[in-house]
Amino acid sequence: MNDGLKKFLLDFYNWVTGNGARTENEDAMTELPPVLPFTMEPDKIQSRFHEKTLQERRKDWINLHGLSVFSILYRSFSIITCVVIVGLLLITVSELPPFGDENNPANNEVIDRYIKLGGNETGAQNIVAGMILDYRAFDTFGESAVLFTGAVSVLMILSAARRKNDEPKNKLHSGFNDRNFLKRAPPIHELKDDDAILRGVASLSIPAIILMGCVVIINGHLTPGGGFSGGAVLSTALILCANAYGFKKVHEFFNERTYIFSSSSALLIYALSKGYSFFTGANHIESGIPIGTIGNIFSAGLILPLNICVGIIVAGTLYGVYALFSEGEI
Amino acid sequence: MIAKLLINHYEAVAVILSGIGLANLLLQRNLIKVYLFLAAKGWVSERAAPILLKDGSEWVMDVDKYVNPIPAGLVLTGIVVSVSVTAFALALTLRFYEKYGSLNIDSALSQMTKEQEILEAEAALKVDIGDNIS
Amino acid sequence: MTVKTLAYNIPFISIFLMMIAAIITPVLPKRHRIPEKLSCICLFIVAVLSGYLIYALDTANGDIAFNFPVGHYPAPWGNELRAGLLEAVLAFCYSIAMLLSLTGNFQSTAEDIPERRRSFYCVLMNLLAASLLALTYANDIFTSYVFIEINTIAACSIVAVKNSASTIRAALRYLIMSLVGSGLVLISICLLYDLTGHLLMQPMHTKIIELVKNGKYIFPLTVSLALITAGLAIKSALYPFSFWLPDAHGSSTNASSAVLSGLVLKGHIFLIIKLFLRVFGLDVIEALRMDKVIFILGVTAMIMGSVHALKQLNIKRMIAWSSVAQVGYIFLGLGLNSVEGISAACLHIIVHACVKPMLFTSAGGLSAAADHLKSLHDLLGTFYINKWAGLGFVAGACSMMGIPGFAGFASKISLTMASFDSPLIIWSLAALALSSVLNALYYVPAMIAILTGTDEKIHGVHEKIIIPLSFKISIGMFIALNFYLGLRFVPLLRLIMRGVNIFG
Repeated sequence: MNDGLKKFLLDFYNWVTGNGARTENEDAMTELPPVLPFTMEPDKIQSRFHEKTLQERRKDWINLHGLSVFSILYRSFSIITCVVIVGLLLITVSELPPFGDENNPANNEVIDRYIKLGGNETGAQNIVAGMILDYRAFDTFGESAVLFTGAVSVLMILSAARRKNDEPKNKLHSGFNDRNFLKRAPPIHELKDDDAILRGVASLSIPAIILMGCVVIINGHLTPGGGFSGGAVLSTALILCANAYGFKKVHEFFNERTYIFSSSSALLIYALSKGYSFFTGANHIESGIPIGTIGNIFSAGLILPLNICVGIIVAGTLYGVYALFSEGEI
Repeated sequence: MIAKLLINHYEAVAVILSGIGLANLLLQRNLIKVYLFLAAKGWVSERAAPILLKDGSEWVMDVDKYVNPIPAGLVLTGIVVSVSVTAFALALTLRFYEKYGSLNIDSALSQMTKEQEILEAEAALKVDIGDNIS
Repeated sequence: MTVKTLAYNIPFISIFLMMIAAIITPVLPKRHRIPEKLSCICLFIVAVLSGYLIYALDTANGDIAFNFPVGHYPAPWGNELRAGLLEAVLAFCYSIAMLLSLTGNFQSTAEDIPERRRSFYCVLMNLLAASLLALTYANDIFTSYVFIEINTIAACSIVAVKNSASTIRAALRYLIMSLVGSGLVLISICLLYDLTGHLLMQPMHTKIIELVKNGKYIFPLTVSLALITAGLAIKSALYPFSFWLPDAHGSSTNASSAVLSGLVLKGHIFLIIKLFLRVFGLDVIEALRMDKVIFILGVTAMIMGSVHALKQLNIKRMIAWSSVAQVGYIFLGLGLNSVEGISAACLHIIVHACVKPMLFTSAGGLSAAADHLKSLHDLLGTFYINKWAGLGFVAGACSMMGIPGFAGFASKISLTMASFDSPLIIWSLAALALSSVLNALYYVPAMIAILTGTDEKIHGVHEKIIIPLSFKISIGMFIALNFYLGLRFVPLLRLIMRGVNIFG
């Protein structure tokens, strides 16, 4: 090994461990470490006058540039991923069976039965309602459970934490917990006491909206619509009421207790009635639920009550989420 | 391929839309914007509509014309799912803003690490001094 | 009907019971920790029922799996559940592990979460259990998707339940990654429905076989398989997609960490197994070359997860990164693409579902003994303060290292045996050996740290902390399970293999 290489290696070693001579540039930049009265012995202080080690350089560099480099990398990576996925999907789409063709794989015996026998088997004039609430009712049950999960999570995260006795007990280890950046302005709705136009319109339209929601829910098995859409309509009535007359008014008949109670019991009725029907179906027992004549209001077995349950859940949940976001409580 | 894409143009558009949605989900470091595009979920489900609907549009049955009912059910599920997920995500973001005073997940991160370093340094200092006194 | 009526109804009853428990919990009184007790009771019932189902299927004539139509309509029209030995064993294991992690962290949950939130927390735990059971039993790809969503929301919110800055951030990250994952899954389900016209798994399988035989739509099939696998892999934290995991699992409350790491990841992995075996079939998977990809990703995860764990000083983050490595083992077994490999992967799912909650629970106990600090330096000698937690941690660490007699040994030896029949034998053996060494490299120092301590700690001059009975019982049960799995795994493996054979 020649001397040049040796020297280079030595220098490199020193550069990594930080024992080499400092360059002038770095001399100027390194500040003296803060010397505390009793903390360090003289030789220890001496040993800190060294060039930066590789690890320190790395740390400095990360502190300075880490975030920007990370975001550049992350951005380019995400863009590449998305372009690749979209490209793949476009090629896939071009190879899919053509749109609207009668001979597509999806037009098979499943659809055949839904459309030909759907009316007689479920009693529902609306095939979609018959499908989601009877043939594939388990999916729809899961779907209501998704809504329930979302509502419970929002309620847990937003409403419960606002109370004072709600902070975790071992505060020391929960990070910097007690900072509150979000200073709430007093709600606007409470300030305007008499917005005559809003109130006038609301008093006219709320009954109409409620009526509309009920019609959509009750006719769910006959016409397009059903629990989900009807419930959404009903929730707009509640929201409008809250905005026109203030949340306090709504509080008088709909608060957190009522919300939890109504949606839990609606979901419970849903679950139990559907569970009965699942159970009898699977064990080949006659369920004894009358199907009625297609086209009547009282037809289609369980679909009508189920739609009403779903409507109650959806209306309460959508209003509840709105109230939680704007007021912090239902 | 282009010709085929034109036949399936609903799906093609839907795919591009969902790609944009996905890109935004990954790219936006500002969380609120992420949730504006959390329609990414919504878009995916809307995307389900054209893709699946085509299977049976203009389907002549015994009496009348029907479309395939399954996609409608699937889309309904997709919408409900996206509603609840969006609500949950917004709730989390609200909490996040209360804790960090920022909507940018990365700058909040670096801010936190800095504060932690300061805290650690202070703790170390206290230990040092304490040792010496004792 | 070849099984008894009770056994026939068990899959539905277990899902339904957890759902009902979740629905009525919000209206229950919050005093005396009634909601949590209800969850535990329901989980116990589910465990007993699943145990009975295993017994009934094991003693039935011949190997059977049965379909349970949910509703009045048979297979391609209505929803369906399917249960066989494998599903029953997994359901049993999930319910037991969840029950033990809830009871073991009974006290720490109370410390971390205020009473008002705890009721909602129980709702989410019940929903999580229901969704895991549904993912295990569902025989319909869209039902699986719906329950994946329930799982996602519930999992993110049990991370965010501890109202601190770091948990909120972790939950957000987790949520964003999960959403990407479920978006991919949904796109892929749409594609599959478009190509096959079915949502139930077996009709879909017949159709896919037909398509592959005729050479039609091969490219869309490959893309949809890749997308759905990628989506589920993000959710189950396969290595390159796993950077959300240590934050989420490391910062949440102990019960959440235990359930998330031990069970929630496994639910998604089991869905991948179901897709491979039941929807696509092993031959199609091999023809589309998905097994190789999975194998490579699994090996990477085994090594990189451990390398990341080596760097951690926080004990919970260390255990969380070790989960990434363990997920790698499962994917390695899957990538072998044989009945033996998949059985070994399932055995590892069970082993990990029993060991990881134990590690998190005992790590929680140890850090409670060290004044809630989680760095390894602060845990010196905590073994002597909380001996039960210490024993649990040592047993878990030995198991993760694969020491004979402990649970981890069982799955490692079965993975080794499974790889003998595979062309990838050299790679998989090398990865197993390297990963075991790496595991030892971080678990041994952690054990040494908790076992060495100052004289004060050893001789009990410290303030006594009261170890609740529930903690002792659940750690005891965990250790017993650990030894049972380690010493008597052959019958279990045989059971799983029978299950895998009739799984398709």
